[in-house]
Amino acid sequence: MKRTNDLILRTTTQLIAFILLGFSVYLFFAGHNNPGGGFIGGLMTAAAFILMYMTYGYERITRILPLNFRLVFVTGLLIATLSGVGAIFFDQQFLSQADGYFQLPIFGEKHLATAVLFDLGVYLAVVGVTMTIILSIATDQKSDEVEESGV
Amino acid sequence: MTLAIFAPLLIAILIPFLSKWKHRIHTGWLILPVPLAIFIYFLQYVGADFQTATSTLSWVPSMDITFSFYLDGLSLLFALLISGIGTLVVLYSIYYLNHKERLGHFYTYLYIFMSSMLGVVLSDNVYALYTFWEFTSLSSFLLIGYWHFKERSRYGALKSMMITVFGGLSMLAGLIILTVVTETTSIQGMIEQSDVIVESAAFPFILVFLILGAFTKSAQFPFHIWLPDAMEAPTPVSAYLHSATMVKAGIYLIARFSPIFEGVPSFFIIVSIFGITTLAWASYMAVRQTDLKAILAFSTISQLGMIMAMLGFGTSAAIFAAVFHILNHATFKGSLFMIAGIIDHETGSRDIRKLGGLMTLMPISATLAIFGTFSMAGVPLPFLNGFYSKEMFFGATLELGGYTGSFVETLIIAIPWVAVIGSIFTFVYSMYLFFGTFRGKFDESAVPQKPHEAPLMMLLPPAILVLGVIIIGIFPNIFNYSLLTHSAAAIYGESVSKEIYFWHGFGWPLYMSMIVLGVGTLLFLTKKYWEKIYIVLPGKLSFNRVYDWMMKRLETSSEKITSFYMTGSLRHYMIMILVSIFAITGYYLWISDGVNFNFNDVAPITATEVIVAVIMAIAAIGTTMAKNRIAAILILGIVGYGLAILFVLYSAPDLALTQLIVETVTVVLFLLCFYHLPNLTKSEDTLTTKGTNLFVALGYGLLMMFIGISAYNTTFNEPISKFFIENTYKLGGGDNAVNVILVDFRGIDTLFEVAVLFSAALAIYAMIKLRKNKEAK
Repeated sequence: MKRTNDLILRTTTQLIAFILLGFSVYLFFAGHNNPGGGFIGGLMTAAAFILMYMTYGYERITRILPLNFRLVFVTGLLIATLSGVGAIFFDQQFLSQADGYFQLPIFGEKHLATAVLFDLGVYLAVVGVTMTIILSIATDQKSDEVEESGV
Repeated sequence: MTLAIFAPLLIAILIPFLSKWKHRIHTGWLILPVPLAIFIYFLQYVGADFQTATSTLSWVPSMDITFSFYLDGLSLLFALLISGIGTLVVLYSIYYLNHKERLGHFYTYLYIFMSSMLGVVLSDNVYALYTFWEFTSLSSFLLIGYWHFKERSRYGALKSMMITVFGGLSMLAGLIILTVVTETTSIQGMIEQSDVIVESAAFPFILVFLILGAFTKSAQFPFHIWLPDAMEAPTPVSAYLHSATMVKAGIYLIARFSPIFEGVPSFFIIVSIFGITTLAWASYMAVRQTDLKAILAFSTISQLGMIMAMLGFGTSAAIFAAVFHILNHATFKGSLFMIAGIIDHETGSRDIRKLGGLMTLMPISATLAIFGTFSMAGVPLPFLNGFYSKEMFFGATLELGGYTGSFVETLIIAIPWVAVIGSIFTFVYSMYLFFGTFRGKFDESAVPQKPHEAPLMMLLPPAILVLGVIIIGIFPNIFNYSLLTHSAAAIYGESVSKEIYFWHGFGWPLYMSMIVLGVGTLLFLTKKYWEKIYIVLPGKLSFNRVYDWMMKRLETSSEKITSFYMTGSLRHYMIMILVSIFAITGYYLWISDGVNFNFNDVAPITATEVIVAVIMAIAAIGTTMAKNRIAAILILGIVGYGLAILFVLYSAPDLALTQLIVETVTVVLFLLCFYHLPNLTKSEDTLTTKGTNLFVALGYGLLMMFIGISAYNTTFNEPISKFFIENTYKLGGGDNAVNVILVDFRGIDTLFEVAVLFSAALAIYAMIKLRKNKEAK
């Protein structure tokens, strides 16, 4: 993946990427009560990453963000599965979710649901999957050669 | 009894372990006692006061399949033949096959065969019978192909397998129908219900299927073609399987079931016609053969036809003669095969044209052969058993009756004539076999080895059989009351008492024998003058050609059919799949009257929806028209975004968001892949191709439209959505019903969708990385 030398793009990306990331986190947490959720949140995060990759090039972003996205989606799948397995220890069926109001030290009384954990798994998996697919194709040797030859 | 049946099988398992001693002692000696012990075991049942015996071993009780064995006179006769001749064949094979052969294989196959053959004749359960039946086909296949490096052996083995398994399967069909009709799996139970069977609507099928099974196994016309080719097997196998035992399995089947078919005209007509045709045709063909074993093979076919015809006649005299001839044929044919093997072994040739004048060189073989061949020919000498049964056969052909109809009456008149003609040729080939081999001039240059008499132990088994021929010839009534009457009774259904005399007095049977003797001698002496008749008949008429042609056609046409629909073109498969869905679903929609066009329950259509839909439709059509791939990708994007707008309009924010992002990602991926793709080449599709595509696409689209509209208008149950809306907050603790369904109510779906994504990513990653490695290499 070649990086562009467009100053305007690079400047706006610095801003937009973080807005995108912030929005994706919002979407993720909003999921239970408003439109959004792990899937969309994950895709949005991936979109932000892709924008960064497109602007700054593969090498630099990999240096700043040394993430192995294959590990990310494995972790996501693991969290999603384990959140379901957890229910078994409370004599519930697999993937039963629970929710309740908790008094937390900093946030005050909050409504928490185990479904969020499951959604977190989905979120991570989606990010990992999307990034793995796009980066594998994008960093494929052959595509670079074609690009260099100017097609 | 059960042990006796399975003993050879158990020994067959042990044979490989015996190979340790195989260099010191021939494997055959080690296992020879088994059939002998079985023979002695069954011998104890023989006697004038014979009683039936049963023994049961449970196998699949829930399906009423058991190894239930039933020993009556018929089974006893066969069991004695199988074990007795089995013993002699094993003894003979010890000298016939030397140490260099794969003896372990040979005896394993042979003992599997012996077990299954005993199983066939003793089983009372039809499914056990069928199991053993197929095992005989299988072991026979292995034995015929024993010298598998010879092409002829493989051909013969395959041919016999194809034909006998074809018959075996049709027999299975017949047995299944029988079980359904009678609601029992026991043969004796079926015989008790013979009225039910004969009156049932399925009776023609039972009859035809069972007869097909029996005819293919017993090499009846026109299924006889496998037997001459099976002569590629080692001679002990030919002697055992193809003269004495396996080919008689079909005879046994007909005999076993004939109490059911007794008095049925169609049974009489089919079995008699085919039996008598087989007799005449095969004996006619036997004269033409030049190979010793081929003559014997056709002779076997002919004799089996004779037995089959007698079973078809169904009179007590005919059945008694059939049983008698089963015994006689087994003795003289077994000995003749063994002698043919000895000649082959000692001279290196089985071609009767090259042989001759062996009488002085191999006097003992010649003596044994003279009894065998003359008995086969039915020469009237008081020490040859063949004459008795042939005389009784002639007698039986003259006593037919009990059936009415002009066809049957013609048949009854014709049968004795055909029988006489067949017997004349039987006489000719028997004489030809003996005199062609043992008389005339010995030509030393024609045969590969210098012949000399075989070792005495090799001559012992045929000598014992010939002794049997003579003993039956001189004292026929020893066997009569102790064995044969019981067997005949088992077939006939009531007790048969018959005295066997050498001298029947003057009568038609005797005159017929005299005609056979006279005309046969004449024909034999003038053989070289009328031999040319074989150019006219059969000439080019050969059932082998039909078989070969059929096998070839089967291969070429299945290849043609397969290459017709397996074009390798994805487009064709796609058309087939879509057309099949269209045809099956459409047909079902049509016959079930499922089309339901009802617009009462439709929401009002807004202008926005119409505009979006129209844009989407235009974009969809545009995608198919686009000449440039990038354009196609981008226009397809419009459809996707249009869909997202529709989701917004139908208040599905989650779907709209997801659709929007997924569409974007898809377009990005498409564009990423774009560099890897070749430029769109303008495909020069013909008008027909385009027309077909259009037709299939339109048809499929219309079908889906019909289904969609009809499904919308057809509600069988209350939708579940109410529950979700009511309980989203109560049970799921969230306001977003879609998300609560996804992660809570239906979390497992989501989990596995994530897993799908996971595997897709892995697959893409692996595909790209692995391709790189491959290129690096």
